[in-house]
Amino acid sequence: MRTPAVYLTVLVIATCGLVYELVAGTLASYVLGDSVTQFSTVIGAYLSAMGIGSWLSGYLQRGIAFRFVQVEFAVALIGGLSAPALFLAFGAAPDLFRLVLYGLVLVIGILVGLEIPLVLRLLKDVVEFKDLVARVLAVDYLGALFASVLFPIVMVPELGLVRTSVLLGLLNAVVGLWSTWLFRPLLGSPGLLRAQGAVACAILTAAFAYSDRLTELSEEGLYADPVVYTKSTRYQRIVMTRTGHHFQLFLNGQLQFSSADEYRYHEALVQPAFAARPQAGRVLILGGGDGLAAREVLKHAGVRELVLVDLDPEMTRLAKDNVMLRELNAGALSDPRVQVVNEDALIWLQHERSLFDLAFVDFPDPHSHSLGKLYTSHFYALLRRRLDPELGLAAVQSTSPLLARRSFWCINRTMEAAGFFVRPYHALVPSFGEWGFALGGVSPFETPAEPALASLRSLDGPSLRALFVLGPDMGPLPAEVNRLNNQVLVRYYEEEWRRWN
Amino acid sequence: MLAALAGAAGASACVGRTPSGRRVAGSIVGGAHALGHRLRDLGSLPLPSRREEIPVAILGAGLAGLSAAWTFERAGLRDFTVLELEDAPGGTARFGTGPVSPYPWAAHYVPVPPSSNRALVALLEEVGAITGRDPAGAPVYAEDVLVREPEERVFFRGEWYEGLLPRAGIEPEDAEALHRFEARMRAFAGERDAAGRRAFDLPRRRSSPDPRWTGLDALSFGDWLEREGLRGERLRWFAEYGTRDDFGATLAQTSAWAGIHYYAARLATPDSESADVLTWPEGNGRLVSHLASRAGVRLRTRALVLDVTPREGSVDVTWLDAALGETVLTRAEHVVCALPRFLAARVIAPWQERPPAFLGETVYTPWMVANLTLSDRPRSHGYPLCWDNVLYGSPSLGYVVATHQSGGDHGATVFTYYWPLVDDDPRRAREELLATNWETWMARILGDLRRAHPGLESLIERVDVYLWGHAMARPRPGFLWGEALRESARPLGRIHFAHTDLSGMALCEEAQDWGVRAAEAVLRARGATFTSLVS
Ligand SMILES: Cc1cc2nc3c(=O)[nH]c(=O)nc-3n(C[C@H](O)[C@H](O)[C@H](O)COP(=O)(O)OP(=O)(O)OC[C@H]3O[C@@H](n4cnc5c(N)ncnc54)[C@H](O)[C@@H]3O)c2cc1C
Repeated sequence: MRTPAVYLTVLVIATCGLVYELVAGTLASYVLGDSVTQFSTVIGAYLSAMGIGSWLSGYLQRGIAFRFVQVEFAVALIGGLSAPALFLAFGAAPDLFRLVLYGLVLVIGILVGLEIPLVLRLLKDVVEFKDLVARVLAVDYLGALFASVLFPIVMVPELGLVRTSVLLGLLNAVVGLWSTWLFRPLLGSPGLLRAQGAVACAILTAAFAYSDRLTELSEEGLYADPVVYTKSTRYQRIVMTRTGHHFQLFLNGQLQFSSADEYRYHEALVQPAFAARPQAGRVLILGGGDGLAAREVLKHAGVRELVLVDLDPEMTRLAKDNVMLRELNAGALSDPRVQVVNEDALIWLQHERSLFDLAFVDFPDPHSHSLGKLYTSHFYALLRRRLDPELGLAAVQSTSPLLARRSFWCINRTMEAAGFFVRPYHALVPSFGEWGFALGGVSPFETPAEPALASLRSLDGPSLRALFVLGPDMGPLPAEVNRLNNQVLVRYYEEEWRRWN
Repeated sequence: MLAALAGAAGASACVGRTPSGRRVAGSIVGGAHALGHRLRDLGSLPLPSRREEIPVAILGAGLAGLSAAWTFERAGLRDFTVLELEDAPGGTARFGTGPVSPYPWAAHYVPVPPSSNRALVALLEEVGAITGRDPAGAPVYAEDVLVREPEERVFFRGEWYEGLLPRAGIEPEDAEALHRFEARMRAFAGERDAAGRRAFDLPRRRSSPDPRWTGLDALSFGDWLEREGLRGERLRWFAEYGTRDDFGATLAQTSAWAGIHYYAARLATPDSESADVLTWPEGNGRLVSHLASRAGVRLRTRALVLDVTPREGSVDVTWLDAALGETVLTRAEHVVCALPRFLAARVIAPWQERPPAFLGETVYTPWMVANLTLSDRPRSHGYPLCWDNVLYGSPSLGYVVATHQSGGDHGATVFTYYWPLVDDDPRRAREELLATNWETWMARILGDLRRAHPGLESLIERVDVYLWGHAMARPRPGFLWGEALRESARPLGRIHFAHTDLSGMALCEEAQDWGVRAAEAVLRARGATFTSLVS
């Protein structure tokens, strides 16, 4: 028996063992959020399972080499398939996810816990005990180091969780197969074991070949770029991805902005209203928990007070605390002029009594009834009552006038039905395409002509005026008024986007 | 005896465990059934310790009694008193309050009335449900009072679907039967008699008495469907869901006339959409609050009417003032008796001496209504949470979400859950209703809802159960157009009757119509001048 080859085996299995644990921890924080809790509990469960495995190894009497190889095959299969299994479990039965997670962690941990004691016993007659323990454990820890460095830097960004786990499983199976030669003298007839190893390798190879499909089934496949942050809040799923210098924010799988071109969107949402009302002092933002619209508002020295109402406290906390986001929104949500309220905007409007000069309405598109209600005549009528009766203006993001033209005009009509004087406009935001807005006045108002600030990146006088010119392919379409009791907008929106996808 | 009577109403607090061991608090409400029994056992009338005289007394502050008071008030007759036994007005339109949201205890919606129902339009205008008129003069209803979309869904084979009728995997012949059923109901909506009366109208009394249609009353709705070849499991379920929901009765227990009325009367014409529905977090309790505030201090709660005896030129009403523990004799010139039929039968003195034949004819379905206070919305698979949520094949009618109209889609809520006990023998059903304790009801409710909401138990904060011993009169075959019902509405001297029971169908439109008409009859008898809302 060649002992250096055995140390190499230990290195590989140690790396694999830690990767399974990291996969489980990452995946759990990925789908459940709260990474501190997920990692602590997964690591805790895994370590204690390893303890059980070590203890159980004492009950194995004969055929240690044979057992060791079988344990390798088992770890290879279960560990290797753990990531696809967990993603599928989350998709199919989210209620059972935790059960599957800790079940897998426990089984993998026990099997991994068996490995080192068995190796030690295999080598105990060949190497002196003090050297044996020193070397095996050193190599084991070295494997852990490999895993913990490679996992975040190479594996997850390059391969993703599913391929990482399957590939490491395959590696593990190959090592098992290789051990049948390594420990040949200690194994009776290795034929059966080799056959088992071949089956395990075949299954994992097939899984690897299919891992694209498996990844697609899982959420990882939804995003073009590496995922750098995820959180499932009570209200939605927040995901951030990153490419080069830019990052993107998704809510429930829908792109909210890309840092590359969000300035075009947020300048278009906020600056036209300020161009019409440069002296505005009290401002309201509904939605917009990312703080980017707030950043645009706070550029105006006349703003004394900004109330931002966003349903999700996790979103506004992220906008305050996340380094990338905080930098992008220029710390807007920590500005002393800003008051953040975490409440459903419809409910908030029902009980709020104060008046604002300007309001910016920046909700995700109306793809469900609970968002559609925020685009109803009832909602706009409540909003209108919160605006200054003479000078009050509201700018509303109103989806794409090109891709969802009827939806765009439905929002327009609905605001009119609620008593607003409306001027629709649009802007080009490469990440989204042609995007639409509606500027509504409590009283009639002039189309804004000159931005109030000279420092804007996408808007000067001519380009501001151009926003209010809509080409014939974005021109008015007949649409019903979106009411709480019909929610036609959700239907329009669904139909129109289905046509483009 | 009096003390026992006084204590009969109200709620009793309960604490218990769900089947999986979670501790839940709640209450069981609905003392009225017990009170009814005690009224029967009262024996001799206690001597009054106080006497009052008043032009008009209204007995019962349900929607009918309160509508009578409203009519007097509008006509300028301010000298009346309303006597209500419970500690709050409203009867079967009562509501409850809690930290999360007010919620209905029974009646929870009103269909948008046709403009011809002037009384109801006037009331809705007063409560702010009407915000203006369209160019044609038709009322425009407040957007937050019309049921917010998504309105209704049904749980079927593991998933929620939009609408009340699951169409998943439906057989072509079932779909065809449903289509024909709907077409038949639409056709009925357009039918009129020679005098121009609709075949099926609301309030019921406006419907044509032509035997072409009233003949359908002799038949059960189930038999009618069979006769018309309207078969198939889905259709039967859907039609019976309708009769259980509206009348607390099975297809066999409902007359075909009543079954058709439910659909046809709510369609203005064969091509119109079914009437929109108006609702509030507290259900029809919103109407009750408004009417009660107009009655003001003239409404006396915890006032139990014991006896009503006609005299020369007046009526003596003996009642128990439970707050003071006193018996009072109120001599009124006119009385509007807006009590349920089974209780009126026990207090109208001449009926006790010589019980008229019609008294035993009204058959009541008992109901259990539970309000479940939840710390959050339960997860569900498929179409999202709606206002009305129905479970296919369940003995319950599902639940209505009290917080739906207030606009929120997250967080704590209250589900109002309905269960009619449609046993053929209502007495047995009533015994079962009363013998089932709070914990057992809770287990039944959770058992029913669990398949649609696996994690529901962990969200439950309170379970408040209302036992309605005599919730609804059944429009059983032959009852609506029979002699007994007609007889039972006839005034007895200076006593005028009002109650939804007199229509044989439990609907707020009927209750209001009876209340207004009884009050107008009294006004007429007193020679008052007023503009009628019903003629
Ligand atoms: C579970 C349920 C759900 C319903 N849902 C709807 C719905 O969604 N929409 C709809 O239109 N209709 C609905 N209804 C029917 C509706 O509630 C009734 O038609 C209407 O409210 C009846 O009003 P009422 O005044 O005729 O009778 P009641 O509500 O029966 O009022 C009678 C009143 O008399 C009082 N009283 C009784 N005895 C005495 C006494 N001895 N002394 C003093 N007072 C006494 C009672 O306490 C009560 O307040 C529902 C009914 C039930 C039971």
